[in-house]
Parts: sequence; C-alpha cells; structure tokens
Amino acid sequence: MVPLAFMLSLSLKTCDPATGACVMKWHWGEFPSEISLYHQEFITSLYFAAASTIVDLIVSFPIAYWIAFYGGRRKNFFLLMLLVPFFVSFVIRTIVWEFVLANNGVVLGTLKHLHLLPSGFHVLGTGYAVMAGLAYNYLPFTALPLYVALERIDRRVLEAAYDLYATRRAGFLRVILPLTVPGIFAAFLLTFIPMFGDYVNQEILGGTSNTMIGTVIQNQFLVNFDFAGGASLSAILLVIALVGIYLYARLLGSRTIEQYL
Amino acid sequence: MALRAEGETAGPVEPSERTPGKAARPGRTGRILAVESADVEFVGITKEFHDLTAVDDLNLKVEAGEFFSLLGPSGCGKTTSLRMLGGFEEPTRGRILLGGQDVTNLPPYRRDVNTVFQSYALFPHLNVFENVAFGLRRRRFDRAEIRRRVSEMLEIVDLPNYEKRQSSQLSGGQQQRVALARALVNEPKVLLLDEPMSALDAKLRRQMQIELKRIQAQVGITFLYVTHDQEEAMTMSNRLAVMWHGRIEGMGSPKDVYDNPTTEFVASFLGASNLLPGTIESSAADVVRVAVAGGATMHVPPQRVSRLETSDDVKVGVRPEKIGIVERGSDVPATHNAITGRVVVSTFTGVGNQYIVETAIGVNITVYAQNIGHQSAPRSGDEVILTWPVEHTFTVAPLPTSVEINETEGD
Repeated sequence: MVPLAFMLSLSLKTCDPATGACVMKWHWGEFPSEISLYHQEFITSLYFAAASTIVDLIVSFPIAYWIAFYGGRRKNFFLLMLLVPFFVSFVIRTIVWEFVLANNGVVLGTLKHLHLLPSGFHVLGTGYAVMAGLAYNYLPFTALPLYVALERIDRRVLEAAYDLYATRRAGFLRVILPLTVPGIFAAFLLTFIPMFGDYVNQEILGGTSNTMIGTVIQNQFLVNFDFAGGASLSAILLVIALVGIYLYARLLGSRTIEQYL
Repeated sequence: MALRAEGETAGPVEPSERTPGKAARPGRTGRILAVESADVEFVGITKEFHDLTAVDDLNLKVEAGEFFSLLGPSGCGKTTSLRMLGGFEEPTRGRILLGGQDVTNLPPYRRDVNTVFQSYALFPHLNVFENVAFGLRRRRFDRAEIRRRVSEMLEIVDLPNYEKRQSSQLSGGQQQRVALARALVNEPKVLLLDEPMSALDAKLRRQMQIELKRIQAQVGITFLYVTHDQEEAMTMSNRLAVMWHGRIEGMGSPKDVYDNPTTEFVASFLGASNLLPGTIESSAADVVRVAVAGGATMHVPPQRVSRLETSDDVKVGVRPEKIGIVERGSDVPATHNAITGRVVVSTFTGVGNQYIVETAIGVNITVYAQNIGHQSAPRSGDEVILTWPVEHTFTVAPLPTSVEINETEGD
C-alpha cells in the first residue's frame, strides 16, 4: 500500500526534470494531458491485451476442460506440465520466444525452407509477435481459474442434466458453461489487467512500433524522468483494473473472487 | 391434493393468443401426468469394475405402477443396478428392458426414466422454476405448457410459489421436493430414486416417506427405490428385493420376505432374527424335524424350509416378536417349539419388553413382548422357557462361517 499511496500522490505532484525533486501541487491536469499524448498507446494496449486474452481463453478452455474431466489420477501431473515453462523467468521466456519467432528460426525458417512462406516473411517486430508473446506468457493465468471452475462442477449435477434429456451439447451449454462463467471472468481479469500494463513483450518482440502503455510508463520513469506523468498513467491503469474488478463483483458477487485468487 | 382432471389449470394462465400446449409429442397436451408407467426387466445383468463384480447376473422384473425397492448394505450393487437403468453405467453383460423395449445401450437422455439423486444434484445456477423446467425445455415444450406443468408439479410436491427461489436457499427437505418435481414433471415411465432420504433427519424422513407414497399413488408411475434402510423399504414398497454381493438374496412383498426369509443374510438384514444352527433329521410331508445343538428338536413347516442342496446343515430361525416367554415348568403346547434359557437382559421399552435370553447351547435369543399382559415380566436371572408356534419357524441355508454380514449404512 505504501508504494501505491506514494505513486498516487506522485501523480498529483509537479516535478523538476533536471533535479528530480517533486512538489505537491494538486496538479490534476497531468491526467488529461497524458491521455491526450498517449491515447494511441492506450488503444494499442487495449487491443493487444483483449486479443491475447481471448486467444488464451480459447486455447486454455479445452486444456482445462480436458484435465478437469479426463485427467483422472494424473490431474496434478498435467497441471504441473502446464506450469513447468513458467518456472523460468518471465524475461528469459520472452527472449526464448524471440528465438522461436526469429526470421530464420525454428518455425519460420522451417516453413520458409519448405517454401510454405515467402523468404521475406517476418513476425518479429509486428503486433502479432507481441500478441503471441502475451498469450504465451499469461496462459497459466487463464488456464488455472478455468480449471478450478470446471473442477468444482459437481459431476452428479451433470448426470442430472443428461438424465433430464440434455444431450452432451446441451449439457455443456446449459450446465458446464454457466457454472464456469465466474471462472471465465476471473481468468479474464487475471490475464487482461497485467497484459494491459505489460511492456516486456513489446520491448523484446515488438520492435520499435506498436508501443504499449506499459512501455510508455517505463520510459516516463526511467528515460524521461517524468515521474508525475508516469505515475498518472499508472493511476489510470489502476482505475481501469478496479473498474473491471468492480464489474466482476457486481455481476458475480464478491465472494466468488476469493475462490480463484 | 387430488390429481387435477383434464382441462383444469393451476396458477395464473397467460392471457395470450398463443395456443396453449403445443406439445412436442402428440397426445401430451392437457393433462399433467399421463399415467403411462412401464415395467422394467433386468435380464442377466452383470457389471464388472476392473476386478470387482458389482452386480452378478441380476434377473429382476418390476411391474408397471409398482413401488419396488432394492434393499441392501453399502456396496451390494443396488445403486449400480439403478445407474444402469438410468443409463449412467453400461452393463458388462445382459440386457435391460423398459416397457419391453431394449434400452441397454441408449444414452440417459434417450430413456424415458428420470432419477432423484441421492444428493439431489439440483442445478446451482438455476432457480426452482428453471430446475423443474429443465427437462421440459430440453424436449422443447411450449412455454405456456412448461409454465403450467411446472406450477402444477410444484403444487403436487407442496412447494407452490417457490418458483423464484434459488436452490441454495432451500432446506434439505425442500431441495428433495424440488428434485422429485424436476424428475416427475417429465412423466417418466419409471422414476428412479437413489437413497433420496439419506440426507434428511429422522423426523423429516418419516414425513417424506408418507409424502412419497402419496405422490406415487397419485401419479401411478413405477417407482424403483434404492435404500439401505430396511424399515423404509418395508414401509413403502409393494415389493422389494434384498441384495448382497451383487445378487438378489430374497424378493417378494415385504411381509413375504420378512416372514419367509430364504437365506441367513435376508433373515438378519431384514429385521432381527434368532438363528440356531442345526441339522435336518427327517423330512415328512407335514413337518420337517431339525436337531439343534444341545439336543432339542425343532419342527418346521416343509414349505418354510430352505437349505443348500448339498448339505443337511441349516439354521432354524424365529423372529423375536413371535416368541412367548413363560416360567420354567409351564406347559408347552404340542403345536409349539420350545427352548429353555435364562434371562440375561430385560428392558422395558414402553410398547413392550425386550429380553435377551441365554440358552443352553450358547446362542442368545432376543424376544420382543408387547405390553398387553398383566402378569409380572420376567427379570434378569429368571429361568424361562421360550415357545413359539411351529408355523412361525423357518430354516435358512447357513452362510459359510468365514463370511461376516456387514450392516454398515450408506454408500
């Protein structure tokens, strides 16, 4: 809480770029000026985070479903397999991902060698590389809440649905999916919010274009020494996250949040 | 509440032009419960799980409209049998017929049976109305028809105006009624009930037994009821089957099975029995003589003798309430069997006295005497004669000595 309070107060201060000294002046104007300066980066971040979160939901739902329903006694083993890559540092993983996506790397090089792709084709430095990196890095944050939600479904309730003339499809749509909704929402929040402020993927995989808001904040603090500006942008991110959590609590009840965190 | 006649409606009817009761199937409009129950037949059903045989060559016919119970201790195969009829387990061998039609390989949603699950398994994300309407919606009934049927069904189970409640807000007894309504509203040919009372307290259980019996009489649907509670099975069923180790040990009306147990297991599981080991001495057309350990001879009606074909060893049985208890030296009528002993425990229970009498052969005999006499009850330490009419004596084939009868409850 202390760093958070410090950051919030910093966003209202005015700083001298030369000395780095900040004075509290209740300067609310930082927010609109930062937004007008960097709204493009906000939109890019929103787009990348949303697209990557959706990719993660689509990819991890079948995985979580399969482990929860067909994992049998090996459930924990499969969950571990899902998590093992994430025991490696976030930055290292992303750098490895850079090798994977390199112009003549394992994937593209092979495809080019087989003449399935033109030799000039590249992924690194594009938004797709950033989204791929984001989706990869945050996959467990989607898969685990989904797994928890699916695992908690009482199998007898599903049997009751089949007993009451539900086909497998209807059982999925009318029982499994509605009972997974809190998990989907939790997965969305846990993935989307950190993705939104992420800068590592953009820095390593995105090249110079497609700047995300996380990169801007980092630059404000570490390159431009515009502490007030960086703090204001961070505060805006925080507000977006809180709005998401508030919506979750309103729609699904605050008690369900605890079950997934 | 009486079953409503055709055409009458319950609850508010939507004033709309929509024709009510555009049902998915012909002949399903108008009445809430078309009494169309069917018989059930298990033909040589065997279910193996890995190396365990849960159900072993089960042959059973349940008549249409009957209240039939499968009774037995936990792990006897009763629930597995029910689940095979529901379509949740596939038999390893054998066929299941529902109304003469082979349903062995049909998925649950294609069988005209519905289940009341042990834990109720209500849909936690749906309210009472949607829980009950679930099956009707899956079969694409007309909206007005669904509303009409659900509210009528909720009245039958005594939960009118509960439509909007969430299932988590209901008490155990109410959840059970919703589970019952949710199954019955589909007018199944057979209703399967898997220990539906096990989560209720004793008082509520008694009340629901009466309720369930009333509903069954009212709707006329075949009920196949699984329970480990012998009293519950006897109170409610038209007929019952006692299962043990995947096999039927005894089957018939509760009175039949109680009075005429055919195996030692049935004799001990269904009520209490006093069993004395003995050997068949002679068999005549009118009476079978059995020598019990200690020298006494018991007379048994031939039609009540069951034993293994390979051996003359039997156990002679008599139910505790059939036994009279008199002072040593009293006359014993010729139509009675008798054995001497000494009272070790005498308990007054209000409706009667319960005695445990130690006999010369080391077997303790339990006696229930009703509280109707004037004479003073025997006290512990008294020497007595136990007598009972020959007609209330039976024999059963003894179990192998290594087998323990396990009466643990629950599944």
